[in-house]
Amino acid sequence: MCGTCGCSGGGEGGTGTVGTRIAVPHAHPHDGDHVHPVAIRGTAGGGETITLEQRVLAKNEDLAARNRSWLAEQGIVAVNMMSSPGAGKTTLLERTIRDFAGLRPVAVIEGDQETMLDADRIKRAGSTVVQVNTGAGCHLDAEMMRDALTTLAPVSGSLVLVENVGNLVCPALFDLGERSRVVIISVTEGTDKPLKYPYMFAAADLVIINKIDLLPYVDFDVARCEEYARSVNPALRSLAVSATTGEGMRDWYDWVAGQY
Amino acid sequence: MHELSITQSIVDAVCERAAGRPVRAVSVRVGMLTAVVPDSMRFCFDLTTAGTVAEGAALEIEQPPGTARCRACSEDFALADLVLLCPCGSADVEITSGRELQIVSMRVG
Repeated sequence: MCGTCGCSGGGEGGTGTVGTRIAVPHAHPHDGDHVHPVAIRGTAGGGETITLEQRVLAKNEDLAARNRSWLAEQGIVAVNMMSSPGAGKTTLLERTIRDFAGLRPVAVIEGDQETMLDADRIKRAGSTVVQVNTGAGCHLDAEMMRDALTTLAPVSGSLVLVENVGNLVCPALFDLGERSRVVIISVTEGTDKPLKYPYMFAAADLVIINKIDLLPYVDFDVARCEEYARSVNPALRSLAVSATTGEGMRDWYDWVAGQY
Repeated sequence: MHELSITQSIVDAVCERAAGRPVRAVSVRVGMLTAVVPDSMRFCFDLTTAGTVAEGAALEIEQPPGTARCRACSEDFALADLVLLCPCGSADVEITSGRELQIVSMRVG
């Protein structure tokens, strides 16, 4: 947006010496290029400069740290599950809940922009669940996590699975206070996803390659995908599973056990 | 668009610190290896400052480039993206710059 006249053009505007009145020429896609006289507010000398040098996400990180220490005190492991929409997160969660029945309490935080659809599926699978609708938001943050944990009240020793909003970009930047981060990719997606969305793979502890039952029908190279993922995160572990058939799920459960 | 949440965090912090004084300019550092797009941040800044003491403030964005140090050959090198590979072929590298996401300063009064 143009800072000078508020139109949607990409002109250069609003720069100049404080306390002066300047003309800033800039081009717009709307009728004709023009010159805006711009009044820069403030007094000559520029007012008072305050040095902040603080992390932009400091508030979120502080809240996340509080969530993390509360979870640790309760002996609860929270895993942040992230993927693009349709990678099979909810199916993976449903199977995990059913296979953990009687072994370990599982609670789920469901993040979606709208609807209770996934929460209903999770409930039917046998887990307690809290749905967080982010509305226009594209990720969960530490405050949503805290509020969801308060409502969920998971018992000591629980596994809390956080199904983040389906999105391979935004959730990577927001620490929730989780113990670990898992990115799920399905074989119906491109082998090169880790290179296209490197921030997500750089932020993860584990990549789960899901839907391997479909490998005979799609052009997906598991070894190359793992190689791409490790090129942005050399420490990243990977597992190949099918949440539908159950193949490879034992490796996922072993990984979860290793988080305690 | 995570830039909206991130920019909202900046505006919240700045307005809190300004304590009612008008904010003229905000300077931030957004490393080239963060997943934050400066143009989106500018767009969101205009939206999120509306009606606050920072309305109309200039947003100055400094973008440190991506750099890394190779643990195998001890060389420093530029990183154009997050593919962590030294020209020597080693992937055992440490990012030394480009991940900054900080509010540097602001001008008030």
